[in-house]
Amino acid sequence: MAAVQTRSERALNLVAIAAVLVITLLFLAPIYWITSTAFKPRNLATTIPPTVIFEPEISPFVKLFTKRSQLRAAPEPEDYAAAPWWERLVFEGGEKVVRSGRGEVQLSGYPNRFMNSLIVAITSTVLAVGMGTFTAYGFSRFKMKGEADLLFFILSTRMLPPVVVAIPMFLMYRAVGLNDTHWGLIILYTAFNLSFSVWLMKGFIDEIPKEYEEAALVDGYTRLEAFFKIVLPEAATGIAATAVFCFITAWNEYAFALIMTNRRAQTAPPFIPSQVGSGLPDWTVIAAGTFLFLLPVAIFTFLLRNHLLRGMSFGAIRK
Amino acid sequence: MAHIELKGITKTFGTHTALKDLSFEIADGEFFVLLGETGAGKTTTLRLIAGLEKPTGGQIFIDGEDVADWGAAERDVALVLQQYSLYPRYTVRENLEFPLKSRIRRVEPVEIKERVARAARTLRIEHLLDRKTDRLSGGEMQRVSIGRAIVRKPRVFLMDEPLSALDAKLREALRTELKNLQMNLGATFLFVTHDQIEAMSMGDKIGVLNNGQLVQTGTPQEIYGNPVNTFVARAVGSPPMNLISGRLAGSEAIADEGYRLPFGTAFGTAVDGRPLTFGIRPEDLFLESGAPGEARVHDVENHGVEKIVTLRTGNHFLQATVPAQTDLEIEESVRFSWNPEKVVLFDGGSGMSLRHAG
Repeated sequence: MAAVQTRSERALNLVAIAAVLVITLLFLAPIYWITSTAFKPRNLATTIPPTVIFEPEISPFVKLFTKRSQLRAAPEPEDYAAAPWWERLVFEGGEKVVRSGRGEVQLSGYPNRFMNSLIVAITSTVLAVGMGTFTAYGFSRFKMKGEADLLFFILSTRMLPPVVVAIPMFLMYRAVGLNDTHWGLIILYTAFNLSFSVWLMKGFIDEIPKEYEEAALVDGYTRLEAFFKIVLPEAATGIAATAVFCFITAWNEYAFALIMTNRRAQTAPPFIPSQVGSGLPDWTVIAAGTFLFLLPVAIFTFLLRNHLLRGMSFGAIRK
Repeated sequence: MAHIELKGITKTFGTHTALKDLSFEIADGEFFVLLGETGAGKTTTLRLIAGLEKPTGGQIFIDGEDVADWGAAERDVALVLQQYSLYPRYTVRENLEFPLKSRIRRVEPVEIKERVARAARTLRIEHLLDRKTDRLSGGEMQRVSIGRAIVRKPRVFLMDEPLSALDAKLREALRTELKNLQMNLGATFLFVTHDQIEAMSMGDKIGVLNNGQLVQTGTPQEIYGNPVNTFVARAVGSPPMNLISGRLAGSEAIADEGYRLPFGTAFGTAVDGRPLTFGIRPEDLFLESGAPGEARVHDVENHGVEKIVTLRTGNHFLQATVPAQTDLEIEESVRFSWNPEKVVLFDGGSGMSLRHAG
């Protein structure tokens, strides 16, 4: 906008900027809270008023990844001297790292849960977006009987709060042996995201002129080749936006993960709060777990940010 | 190059009939123009020939072969559209290479290079080859689009209003270029347009389409001089043919508005008294003192080489072309007549030309 601004417009602009700043700070406050707690010494984590200035520590993360036990007395000086730097941090907290009979460090449940989260969220996102894109293409380009009804039916799977079906789903999963498996959660999240993905992708594909593909058909390509060569690159923006939404949903899902998994395939969301219950909670460790849990979504969104800016407007400012 | 024939083609979309019993032929190497209003079925006809739609009834032959079961890729036609004709994200070169890289064509890389270079030279777009298509002007885009058609040596070129989105000057230039290109290639062209000037200036043959039906086919001269009905008479020519309703009495035409104009006796007395429509081209209507018709000058448009005068007779308007040096005042009373040999007679009810009816 190169237009000359009047005084009142400039004032309005300032107000808008101020409002955006306030809202941004409001949204960032909890993230700041959890991030700062993740780096605090344990005794500063719960002070009132909150401690803002402190020397950041890495010990919450060491504790997060290791299995520990309480020490009754101070550690033996030779044990302390022999320990690597990170193990000393645990000793300083009045705990010791649990080792197996052969001296191997025992890991906590967290890294495993985190991997489970990654596996389940990535696989279900790929599946939901992939199938959604194909389905949306079909709906967008071909006429079929009851098209509107079918689309509505697909959407209707989202009209029920998902937890309502949790018990029957649990019983069914137990019957077929899908509970506490990665595939169990992947299928569940894919099904849950698919309707969303179909609807969103249909909007994006509708925006792509069908003349492009028709030109490719006439130029000697099959429908599938035209889809991959012409439609897919054009739909990249939509795919990115849809993938971010699906990934966030799958990554954050709590209720089903809590019910359907307990150990082997458990994801991070039900695991992190489960640590709160055991004894006197170490808030810094929980904060460290939460902080790491935030990272994948933040990174994924950051990588796709160029697409998102256009994609989030649902095609409104394409062209 | 190829010979195209459509036989009794019908196409319906749901309850809407887009084409009704359409039959025509395009000879090898012919520039055939399909002329019609928006919604007349021109684009549908193109899409049927290209294989992007299937006809509800009828047959399409390319070089004598029924192509009903052939997909778009197999028909080996080239399609140039009004817009969205270039692949986005690709450079001009990639756009030109695209049809040659198709698996069913298997063109050697060396030949691809050579053909792209030749097409670029022909269309004078060599300097644009490495540019992205979103950085082209409208005229450049259409050139590239035509280039993508000619690299392939297709059997027939299908063009769907390729010039309509361009500004007037460019349209004129590309019109000539396209016609020259067609003659140099000796290619079969099916060109669809709503612009009768394009049809008249480019076509070897014109097919006039109205509401999904082919009204008349013929050379531009035939269509212009001898329209089959009042629809064609109004559709072709700028300004269009004047239509005057009236009847014949002896060797005189009596307009419903009262004035009488001379008329030969070619039709004898067979149509005497019957309601008729007289069609007369503006250039065959002239102003002359002492002529039988009387009118007032309603409007004068100066076109440089000539002037187009709109005459008012009662509640009707007639248009006549007069030499540029003629001085006329608005509301001036003038007298006019016509060249009776050039009058086309239409039936007052059906609008069909009596000459065509026999």
